[in-house]
Amino acid sequence: MDETISIVLFSGTDDKLQAAAVLTAGAAALGRPVKILLQYWALEAFRADRIAADHGLAAEAGVAGKAAFAAAAKAGQSSWADTLRVAKEVGEVDIQACSQSMDVLKLKQSDLDPLVDGVEGVAAFYINAGEGQILFI
Amino acid sequence: MASLDIKLKVDASGLSCPLPILRATQGIKTLQSGELIEVVATDPGSVKDFDAWSKSTGNAMVEQDAADGKFRFVLRRK
Repeated sequence: MDETISIVLFSGTDDKLQAAAVLTAGAAALGRPVKILLQYWALEAFRADRIAADHGLAAEAGVAGKAAFAAAAKAGQSSWADTLRVAKEVGEVDIQACSQSMDVLKLKQSDLDPLVDGVEGVAAFYINAGEGQILFI
Repeated sequence: MASLDIKLKVDASGLSCPLPILRATQGIKTLQSGELIEVVATDPGSVKDFDAWSKSTGNAMVEQDAADGKFRFVLRRK
């Protein structure tokens, strides 16, 4: 069985980024390699000058959801970026920027946070995913 | 009951999933094979998480108990 988990991370709101970070960290702790491909708004959220900014929540969060998320952050829940940093420390986590999204958003790798390991195309992503599962968030 | 020779204690109280198993993973890497780590967590999901983590990593669960909303795990590094 190919244990690699591949995640296409498209969404750029803090709740979806947090969900992806939790799934990544859990897999890393279990010793399963994780490969993340950043597209569009997720890629935008990994810009070095914006990674720590407030990226909002998905529309379905509503007022109560926003309050719950803010309370969790205040109670010390670590940010998605910090969770990913720890995941990279404990496990094999590779984060790649989608080259087509980089082009659309006019970004260079030097614009991105060091969490991002490189830039790749979708063919490389599929080849690296092998027979493992692919999640889209 | 003979007390265990615990090399490292990790307090993951108040931390939510997946931080308790991340802290445990960070901690156990500092131990030698056969040494024990104790983790205390308050996340109710940690019971199933540590069971899965133990099975998946091969770090054996030596002791496990729960009291007053705290879950305690003692694991032996593989």
